[in-house]
Amino acid sequence: MWEYTDKVKDHFLNPRNVGVIEDADGVGEVGSIACGDALTFYFKLDDDGKIKDASFQTFGCASAIASSSALTEMVKGLTLEEARKITNEDIAEYLGGLPKEKMHCSVMGRDALEKAIACHLHEPEKKVEGEIVCECFGVTDVEIERVVRENHLSSIEDVTDYVKAGGGCGNCHDRIQEIIDNILGTEPSAKKKIPALTNLQKIKLIEESIEREINPRLKKDAGKLELVDVDGNRVLVRLGGTCASCVKSPITLKHYVEGKLRELVSPELVVEEVQ
Amino acid sequence: MNNVIYLDNNATTRVAPEVLEVMLPYFSDFYGNPSSMHSFGGDVAAKVKQARENVARLIGANADEIVFTSCGTESDGTAVRAAIESNPNKRHIVTSRVEHPAIKNLYESLAKKGYRVTFVPVDNQGRLDLDFLYDSLSDDTAIVSLMWANNETGVIFPVEEISRKIKDRGIVFHTDAVQAAGKIPIDVATTGVDMLSLSGHKFHAPKGIGALYIRKGTKFSPFMIGGHQEHGRRGGTENVASIIGIGKAAALAKAHVDQNGYERIRQMRDRLESILLTRVSNSMANGDREHRLPNTTSIAFEYVEGEAILLMMNEYGICASSGSACTSGSLEPSHVLRAMGVPYTAAHGSIRFSLSRYTSEDEIDVVIKRLPPIIERLRDMSPFWKQAMQS
Repeated sequence: MWEYTDKVKDHFLNPRNVGVIEDADGVGEVGSIACGDALTFYFKLDDDGKIKDASFQTFGCASAIASSSALTEMVKGLTLEEARKITNEDIAEYLGGLPKEKMHCSVMGRDALEKAIACHLHEPEKKVEGEIVCECFGVTDVEIERVVRENHLSSIEDVTDYVKAGGGCGNCHDRIQEIIDNILGTEPSAKKKIPALTNLQKIKLIEESIEREINPRLKKDAGKLELVDVDGNRVLVRLGGTCASCVKSPITLKHYVEGKLRELVSPELVVEEVQ
Repeated sequence: MNNVIYLDNNATTRVAPEVLEVMLPYFSDFYGNPSSMHSFGGDVAAKVKQARENVARLIGANADEIVFTSCGTESDGTAVRAAIESNPNKRHIVTSRVEHPAIKNLYESLAKKGYRVTFVPVDNQGRLDLDFLYDSLSDDTAIVSLMWANNETGVIFPVEEISRKIKDRGIVFHTDAVQAAGKIPIDVATTGVDMLSLSGHKFHAPKGIGALYIRKGTKFSPFMIGGHQEHGRRGGTENVASIIGIGKAAALAKAHVDQNGYERIRQMRDRLESILLTRVSNSMANGDREHRLPNTTSIAFEYVEGEAILLMMNEYGICASSGSACTSGSLEPSHVLRAMGVPYTAAHGSIRFSLSRYTSEDEIDVVIKRLPPIIERLRDMSPFWKQAMQS
């Protein structure tokens, strides 16, 4: 049995927004009955160009229905620009996660959304880009490349979980591996890629991190952290509240504060205390 | 979970209370090793012997033709490997396209090792293409392995007829009777079957115990090499408590089959099937309804997906299984249904119900009441249903 989150179960057993919007502004259809799942997604805009209503019809398993239902809830109130930014990971995250083997359900949601928006904007029907790699499920190299890049996939199994490619006869496994190798080869640290920050951005990000993440946590022990200055990668701080007199404060500083800032801002930061 | 309605008995069965009762002392008081010289172990050996006789009786074999194993898969693997090793010059092996993974995946791995493999096709009712089978055989054929009854559809192959037909050709004939044993009469003595696999947990013994019948005179080499247990045919200290359990379960199953106990199960199955097929449009039974296990029905509900059906039934405590792709984590629907040419529209929405002697009429009533609205609800959600109905 799959380990579905409560949210997946809820959206499966009580799906939101099932049905057809007769005068929809955009409709996107993906999947087929042969593949085992299919989704038709509808949306209607209000006068400000925001999505007022969305609905779906889905043939598929519990996670396909839940992903569709989640998508319709997520897009409501968004402009098309904003909706376009929704990724398959966003859909999975909204549901509290999906089993790895079911990630293709979230990809199906994103694809239907993209198609519906393109339909509304009268964008020419995207020709199937690239070459078919997986004959069983009709998946192209372009689609595989995209999902590998966006989700940092590293194995054939991953690719099958996300876009089904390679899940049938298995003849395309070598080709999929080649695509993965190419991407991993050209982008060895795709996952760890650090956006280059300007000094101003860096300081702002440090301030925000202290405000949102670090101080709320220190506050639990009646402590407080104050940013004094940022000099290159040196972050100068002052400890207040109970932290000021706590013998453990050097540990808090090195392990927690520095760790958190490295994670949220830049791995090169060094935190130092000033009196 | 409260009120479980368990209609998944081809997956596994509950351990019969009588079986558990006779097993328990062998976990506590009677822990002797049957191989020991002292009577504390010897008494246990006597009980193991009795269990062996009971299992032999279930299929019409002699006790010394029964080897206890850990499961059906081990029995299958042992049989096929023994046949190959005993016939090192033969490079051709035969099976069907609808076998359990224990045989299917083993044959596929042997194909990669250079064996010529014939997968005999079935028709749209799941019936074996016998001409194809007989035509494929040659002096190079080491083994034919065919299931007695199919786990997904319950369709029964004419194993007795086939075994008699190929008996004198020097080919080992093995049958995977895991689904048949304990459900229908089996008498290996009157057939040409050389080896037969069975598994305890399919007929109310615990999981982890199986048996392999090896006809006297059949060339054999062990898979588990070790001590002298099982007359050197399977090394390793006996799983005593489970052997006692499968012995009792075999005796109970034999009595049940002899007294036509399966008629009651067949009637419940037929009632479930016919009412569902009437109440739910665009539904059909998969497989040959005439030659079929009495406890099994596989019903295809078009334009809905099996996992969704199962999980909605799960809300009512109803346990069944599906031939859909999604339930297994693979992306292709059941190889059995595909081999039968069941279209995708139906294969993805196929549900298997498998009953046991513990199934009650009330439980069947619950399924009859709950399932049709579930199908309707899922069809309302499906983009294909209205289209299909309009065209």
